[in-house]
Formats: sequence, structure tokens, C-alpha cells
Amino acid sequence: MNRDEFREGVRGGFPIMVAASPFGALFGALAVDNGFSIADAVFMSAAVYAGASQMVGIELFGNNVQPWLVVLSVFAVNFRHVLYSASIAKHIRHFTLVQKFFAFFLLIDPQYAESERRAERGLPVSFSWYLGFGLIIYFPWLVNTAIGAVFGQLIGDPKAIGLDVLLPIYFLGLVLGFRKRDRFLPVVAVSAFASVAAMHFVGSPWHVSIGALAGVLLAACLPQEPGRSEMPAVEKEA
Amino acid sequence: MDAQQLNLIYLIIAAAIATFATRVGGYVLITQLKHIPPRVEAALNAVPAAVLTTLVAPAFVYGGYDVAASMLVAFAVGLRFSTLRMLLVGWVAVMTIRHLIL
Repeated sequence: MNRDEFREGVRGGFPIMVAASPFGALFGALAVDNGFSIADAVFMSAAVYAGASQMVGIELFGNNVQPWLVVLSVFAVNFRHVLYSASIAKHIRHFTLVQKFFAFFLLIDPQYAESERRAERGLPVSFSWYLGFGLIIYFPWLVNTAIGAVFGQLIGDPKAIGLDVLLPIYFLGLVLGFRKRDRFLPVVAVSAFASVAAMHFVGSPWHVSIGALAGVLLAACLPQEPGRSEMPAVEKEA
Repeated sequence: MDAQQLNLIYLIIAAAIATFATRVGGYVLITQLKHIPPRVEAALNAVPAAVLTTLVAPAFVYGGYDVAASMLVAFAVGLRFSTLRMLLVGWVAVMTIRHLIL
């Protein structure tokens, strides 16, 4: 462990931690609103540690969606991490197996982005730096989840204080974050139409899988453009 | 701990494993194979937007006009500003509609 590099990581992760804090609290409050206890909410933040997919998870859980579909949706929302871990492989090859385990567990969007940036500038992506950066975001994420969950329990009717619009708007923000991707508009249009139709004709929760499948199939069937960039773009989760 | 509570714990653990799989998966794949078929890559690339859209569009259509209106306002904000501002403005919009206009 190199203390200076650890500290450098902590300093680098600090602003990310501050920016993510409201989302941790929001997750805690909405999780409680969707039937989680405070401990459940904190446990999910600790075990999954991926804000957007946690929001998706509680939303589907609150709507009594079948468990396998909840897990599949979490997997789908987190799928971008496959690209990150593929792309980061060359920078962390020198980590030990245990270090790699922790590195992958902490691999959130900003962690990936900063690791790439650091390597790009010729600085070493050491485990000390990586851990410092990751932990200064990880632990406050748990604390903020707990704080949000405590406040969430005090709230009687979520509609009266406007909590119910926050998740759809949050997801809308995430969708907008993907708008630079290829085929964004056709995929979103088809998924939107299919999910609304599925909600009407089949009912919840099938609108999620039917709508998503329609968009994904369309993306596979559209003509492919050659020459895509090698490095995956980082979408901002929040 | 009752059965329902235990089921939720299992669900969270499954979600955690699924998430960890995505974070290791790319590393494992890249060390195994060199090339992903372009159509597969295009399909995978479309997954997040497709899934998330299904959580947005029905809420907009079936959520009531107050929700729809605040989502429209948030959308306009989101084209220029961060998600946090979208949430703030969208929340102000829905509270205004519910408590001041109605």
C-alpha cells in the first residue's frame, strides 16, 4: 500500500462522492417507499453498489415484478460495466487476484473514467490509488442510503410531497445520458411504443421485458455502421 | 425474519452477483476472445436505453397529467442540465400542479 497514492485517490474521488450523495439519499428514501426496510436499503447499496440499477431494482420490486425479471433488469442496466472491465483490463493486469476482485467490485462509471484518464496521462493505475478513489465514494454511499431511508420512513404519503415523480424523471435523465449512442432515437422510440402497448394489452411487469426486447432487436436488425470507437464512452450515471 | 423478508435478501444477493458479473465479464471476455460480432455488439449497446425507456414511457402515458407535465418540464431541463436539476425542477413542477393549481 502506498499512502501518498491512496490519498491522491481519496482526493480525486471526493467530488464524485459529493455529487453522488443526493442520489444515495434518494435511493434510501425511495427504497423504503417501495417496501424495503432501512437495513435492506443499506444492504442493497453495500452489495450491488450501482445507483441506477438499484433504482430500477426497487421500482420493479415495488411493482411486484417477478424476481428473475428484477435481477435481469439490474443485469441489463449494469451491462455497460462489461465494456468498462474489458477496456480497463490492460491497466490493472499487474493487480493480484484479490486486488482484482476488489477492483471489479468497485468499478462504477467514474472509477472507470478516472482510471482511463490516469492511464492516458501516463500515471500509474496502482491499487493504492484505485482503492482510495473507490472507498471515498463507497462508504459515504452507504451512509447516505441510511440517511435517506430514515427520512423515507417518516414520510406518510409519498404522492403528497411529490416523491412519486422522482423515479420516472431519474430514469428519463439516464435515458438522455445515452443519447450520443448509435441508433439511440429508433431504439428509444420503439421501446417506448412497445412498452406502452404492452402495459395496455399485457400489463405490468411485462412491459419492461417486451419493450426492452423490441428496442434491442431493432438495434441488431438495423444496418451496421463500421468503424466504432474502441474505448467505450462513459455514460454519467447521475 | 419472515419468508418475504428473506426473499428480498436473496433478491438483493442475486442482483449483487449479476452486477459483479458485469464488472468481471468484460475482463474475462477480453482475455478469451478478440472479436465480438457487430450485431451482437449493437444489440448489447442498445440494452440500457431500451430497458430504461420502458420505465419512463408508461409512467408518462398512464401516470396522470400532473406526472406527464412535470416529466415534460424535466425533459426540457435534461437536454441542457444535470439529472439532479431535472429532479429538482420536475419535483417543483409536480408540487406546484398538485398543491397550487389544483
